[in-house]
Amino acid sequence: MSELTTLATVWLDGCSGCHMSLLDMDERLIELSSQFRLVYSPLVDRKTFPDHVDVTLVEGAVASEDDLKKIRKIREHTHILVSLGDCALTGNVSAMRNTFGVQPVMLRVYEQNADLQKQVPTVGVPALLDRVRPVHEVVPVDVFVPGCPPSADTIYQVLSELLAGKVPTLGGVAHFG
Amino acid sequence: MSAEPNVRTLTIDGEEISARSDQTILEAAREHNVDIPTLCHLEGLSEVGACRLCLVEVKGARRLLPACVTQVAEGMEVTTHNPKIDRYRTMILEMYFAERNHVCSVCVANGNCELQSLSLKLGMTHVEIPYQYPRLPVDASHPRFTVDHNRCVLCTRCVRVCSEVEGANTWGVMGRGGQSMVITDLKQPWGDSETCTSCGKCVQVCPTGALFEKTSVGSKAHKHPEFLPYLQIMREGEKP
Ligand code: SF4
Ligand code: SF4
Ligand code: SF4
Ligand code: FES
Repeated sequence: MSELTTLATVWLDGCSGCHMSLLDMDERLIELSSQFRLVYSPLVDRKTFPDHVDVTLVEGAVASEDDLKKIRKIREHTHILVSLGDCALTGNVSAMRNTFGVQPVMLRVYEQNADLQKQVPTVGVPALLDRVRPVHEVVPVDVFVPGCPPSADTIYQVLSELLAGKVPTLGGVAHFG
Repeated sequence: MSAEPNVRTLTIDGEEISARSDQTILEAAREHNVDIPTLCHLEGLSEVGACRLCLVEVKGARRLLPACVTQVAEGMEVTTHNPKIDRYRTMILEMYFAERNHVCSVCVANGNCELQSLSLKLGMTHVEIPYQYPRLPVDASHPRFTVDHNRCVLCTRCVRVCSEVEGANTWGVMGRGGQSMVITDLKQPWGDSETCTSCGKCVQVCPTGALFEKTSVGSKAHKHPEFLPYLQIMREGEKP
């Protein structure tokens, strides 16, 4: 028996909608599950990223120091890195703060619009980068899957091809939004 | 000697076709069901050759030529698709996405946008050009319509329809290059415009989410630019 493909999924600055869409594959997920082993994911209980992963799906943009550290490590230990969804691909809603800058946005949310305990949180939360960035602006990406979120059908197509040893291209299949 | 001096014979993607001498490459191609992507072109309006998505290769020409403003010529050999042309076109699309703030997931035009459908058609999956994130205004002062400059691709369809069809001349373009913006009257709020008749034609022809009707967004925001050729035919009929 050949070795099963190892699969990881990570969640950076996104809404978890891409992970929901992944689960939306329903019984097709079971069909595919015989071909891979999920080694790291918000859906499984493992704290550190493994040394070698065949395919990693990234949801979300790179928005904080923590995201940046994580994605660099993930890239180093992943064979095929997949940007899953518009936040990973474009920054999407996460990046809408880029036109205003971090400080004005923080003040607006945590002081001007707050009723109680007006203060910008600094303890126990990672510092935000001055700009939210798409994943491929930070590390090289191998597969781009547009959509907010990408449909379950699109994710199924991507995973099936990856598990068959192909590198899918989504040109003409999916668009932003 | 040719019996019809106004007819030109040319090839498009290797197929020999005939066209009238006053036709553009785009018109001749579309008449023969050859698809060339366009954005600023709209049937019923004058051509401006602004978006460059319709670039084609013409044998002997030193650079790619915009099909919407290039007239056919005898013996012309036109190529509408090859890797070089396709790459140019996706690069242009990427520039549109990077220059302003296109957040399709929360855009009023999501699912009804020509820029978005062009990206699908041309196989663009992501943008390599660094995003600019400019800070741009939204003017919602008009009682019925809104202009969101974050989504404008400066195709000038609004300018042309307002001047050429409605005759109101409300829209204009201000500034140059990356600083260009469409403006109403002398850069007054649209709601204060004394020339706008509120006909809504600019909204209907705008290919993106830049111009929209306040009461119809999202899945309801389907636009109807096809009214233009009909309007023209009707007006032709009225002429004495
Ligand atoms: S105008 Fe079109 S491309 Fe731009 S954000 Fe809206 S739907 Fe997307
Ligand atoms: S609503 Fe009509 S008159 Fe007013 S700006 Fe648009 S096209 Fe011009
Ligand atoms: S507002 Fe719409 S029609 Fe006018 S230039 Fe911008 S994209 Fe084109
Ligand atoms: S359609 Fe020809 S330049 Fe825009």
